[in-house]
Amino acid sequence: MIRFLSRRLLWMAITFLLVSLVSFTLMHSVKGGPFSKERKLDPAILANMEAAYHLDWPIWKQYLHYMGPLNLGDEGWFGKGEQKGSDPFTGVLVGDFGPSFRYQDFTVNDIIGQSLPISALLGVVAMMWALALGVSAGIASALRRGSGLDLSMRLAATGGIALPNFVIAGFLVILFVFLIPLLPVAGWGTLKHMLLPGFCLGLGFAAYISRLTRTGMLEVLSQDHIRTAHAKGLAPRTVVMRHALKGGLLPVVSYLGPATAGVLTGSLVLERIFNIPGMGSHFVNAATNRDYTLAMGVTLLYTVLVYSLNAVVDLAYTLLDPRIRLEDQ
Amino acid sequence: MSFSTLSPTARAGLGLTLLAVLLGGALALARGARLEPADFTFNNGTEVQSLDPAKVTGVPEGRVIRCLYEGLVIKDPKDLSPVPGVAKSWDISEDKKTYTFHLRDNASWSNGDPVTAQDFEWSMKRMLDPETAAEYAYQLWYVKGAKAYTTEVYPEGHERSGKAKNDPETVAIHALDDHTLRIELENPTPFFLELMGFYPVFPVNRRALEEAQRKWPTTWETRWQAPGNHVGNGPWKLKSRRINDRIQLVKNEHYWDADNVAFNTMDILAIENSTTGANVYLTGGCDFLDKVDASVVAQLMPREDFDPQPYQGLYFYRVNTTKPPFDDARVRLALSLTLPRELICKYVTKMGQVPAWSLVPPMGDYYTAAQADRGATDGTPEANLEQNIQRAKALLAEAGYGPNGKPFPPFEIHYNTLEAHKLIAEAIMDAWKRHLGISVKLRNEEWKVYLDTQTNLRYDVSRAAWIGDYMDPNTFVDLFVTGGDNNKTGWGNPEYDALVHGAVSEPDPAKRLDMLHRAEQILMDDLPILPIYYYVTQNMVAPRLGGFYSNPQDEHFPKFWYWMDDEELAQKRAAYPADGGHNLVDPHGPAAGLYSPAAQRRRAAQ
Repeated sequence: MIRFLSRRLLWMAITFLLVSLVSFTLMHSVKGGPFSKERKLDPAILANMEAAYHLDWPIWKQYLHYMGPLNLGDEGWFGKGEQKGSDPFTGVLVGDFGPSFRYQDFTVNDIIGQSLPISALLGVVAMMWALALGVSAGIASALRRGSGLDLSMRLAATGGIALPNFVIAGFLVILFVFLIPLLPVAGWGTLKHMLLPGFCLGLGFAAYISRLTRTGMLEVLSQDHIRTAHAKGLAPRTVVMRHALKGGLLPVVSYLGPATAGVLTGSLVLERIFNIPGMGSHFVNAATNRDYTLAMGVTLLYTVLVYSLNAVVDLAYTLLDPRIRLEDQ
Repeated sequence: MSFSTLSPTARAGLGLTLLAVLLGGALALARGARLEPADFTFNNGTEVQSLDPAKVTGVPEGRVIRCLYEGLVIKDPKDLSPVPGVAKSWDISEDKKTYTFHLRDNASWSNGDPVTAQDFEWSMKRMLDPETAAEYAYQLWYVKGAKAYTTEVYPEGHERSGKAKNDPETVAIHALDDHTLRIELENPTPFFLELMGFYPVFPVNRRALEEAQRKWPTTWETRWQAPGNHVGNGPWKLKSRRINDRIQLVKNEHYWDADNVAFNTMDILAIENSTTGANVYLTGGCDFLDKVDASVVAQLMPREDFDPQPYQGLYFYRVNTTKPPFDDARVRLALSLTLPRELICKYVTKMGQVPAWSLVPPMGDYYTAAQADRGATDGTPEANLEQNIQRAKALLAEAGYGPNGKPFPPFEIHYNTLEAHKLIAEAIMDAWKRHLGISVKLRNEEWKVYLDTQTNLRYDVSRAAWIGDYMDPNTFVDLFVTGGDNNKTGWGNPEYDALVHGAVSEPDPAKRLDMLHRAEQILMDDLPILPIYYYVTQNMVAPRLGGFYSNPQDEHFPKFWYWMDDEELAQKRAAYPADGGHNLVDPHGPAAGLYSPAAQRRRAAQ
């Protein structure tokens, strides 16, 4: 397991560096900068602002300055000449993502610190909805294969995958806020605030999970050890819960990694609709604002998150399926 | 080791524990974030860039900063004329170039320190300092020595070549004593007092800033405006802030006029999606918002809480005058004559926007805008249109295009990606195609790319808008001087430039306005821009809110706000015109009203 983890860690480091290099270059090559506005700035003022953020440096030097704890100055190649403006951050490699270009009262670390827990919480609620709905619908479908129940579940699942979550959100807001005033329309703070966005976010994943569960269960249910269990006279309920479910859920587990990453990143539109101060909105806003440090910060953070989540899923696999060993991979 | 060696019970236990931790964490976080409703909540439309007055430029930023800070003057909420703020009075010299402000002696910071003339001197110079890198530094360039301080660097060959000269003493802002501030200007500037009520020149607390610099030498800029460290001199102070969610304010008991402030707590939301904003308003989650989605306007117009009013903004198209066929003024006039302004206002924007034929929006009696050629106006609309189409075709033919000349080259209308701009562009494209038989396409670009395209003149016709900074035609006319940063049309006219520059130093106000009017007439005769409509406000305001006024700059001042009681609300409602636009809705706010301590005493005395 140590070997598995260290190999994963090494690959993560390499990916991290590549992602940082590529996204840094791409971002700086897009037209328009953080200070381009409808009202064009006086060149002298623009120069002052760019100098304050070192945007007047060559791109490679900006990258080094961004990544590492290096003491780079204005003069020469790496010179420690007098610095224009303040030099407020030390570099990503020591865990400092720098000040945000757009939200000047926050460092990127502050912003992530405030918004990541909110996105994570929304993600947890969404995954709970997704698992509860998806797994139970999947099992029911598998057990009543070909019945009307199975058909309607599968129809609902297809609908859930096909309908964008913001469409569903619109309907639910009309239903549960305006027609039956049960839930708040937007905002964040209490469990009530989380139910609607969590449900909308989880629904697409629930649909997918139900199909995976159904397929997995059908495969397991046709196997010999299930027949044996039935033959031993075990109650059908016990057979399903104890013997079939474990194997039947394997495809779901492998899907959980990407699903969790998807829940964290896919909340973008819902965050706007329900005005949730999470990470998703920063993804797009940072890019449109040309908030270089914030855009880099969220990109790198997600790189690490997705990588780690996949590693966790691989570990969880061994928990459910004794046939799989980490050493085998 | 493998997890499979764990017993089933242990595994189940592990799973359950994990779930419990997640759910517990979720609930703990949720409880921590529960909020008491504030006396007043409004939606600011976006997350503000900063609370530092010197660092920001937007309208939403201004709204928050006016709650947290106060300048030498503040503006009357009805007509925006300058009224005493921290300065209780001021003298203006005979030549209108020296302003002396007398500060009140009871103005203090939220930490109890007195607000002094030195605070203003230091803050304004900090704003101008190239190290501060303030975007709005140029707002103070009317002050003697100010522009040089922001922009001048040592020349080539000097040992400090390229470095800022950085001598604050050269800026003509001086505290004569603790309560007297003298500012000398380059030229008589009729709107200078108004400028002193504009938030970039508001004071910041030097002690708080320097203490933050000591405590956090490298990250003070992101720390000193945070709750706990923030020190202001406005009616409210900062209680908490969560990015993209809300800013919470509580009343500043050290504010000199705290007796006249009604709301003890105020929440400022950052909802960007206008549909969500409207939903929050309709369910009572906020009491004021400044924009609504065009798609719901028809439903909102009959309500008493939605009453659009004209304000100082122009929606227009820039024309790239460096590129044939648009370098020909006859072509531009033909396009202008057939631009369906009335149609756009009536069927696309739908909020009562006014068709525009000038650069400068109406400014009441203060200034009469110069008009572009409207073509035929005295017949029926159909007859006028027909006449204008014939004239436009004749103009194009004169310019060498049409049946007997070259075909008109196909071109593009360029706009930033937004549904509202697209609908307007489609209406115009359709009109030009139908009336003039020319081929027009649409091209949209993401905001910053769009700006880049516009600046570098890589467009044919491009959508634009301008909101006046102050109540004077100069804020519009100044845009189109030759090579101006915000010209972006390639157009230039020496006579125009001479008039605009001459107006700056013209001491006679009437003559000055006449010069600006003549300049505007040159622009409107030549049409490097096609005016489309003047803006209207889109405020939704809770009916019970008092102290809120529509004004030409759509600037609002929470300091004067209060909740009316039922009696006052009934009086207000009795005065509504019977125009079907004032259907009663939920008034928000407490039935007993919420008045400032001073107002409460006045009411009790009656």
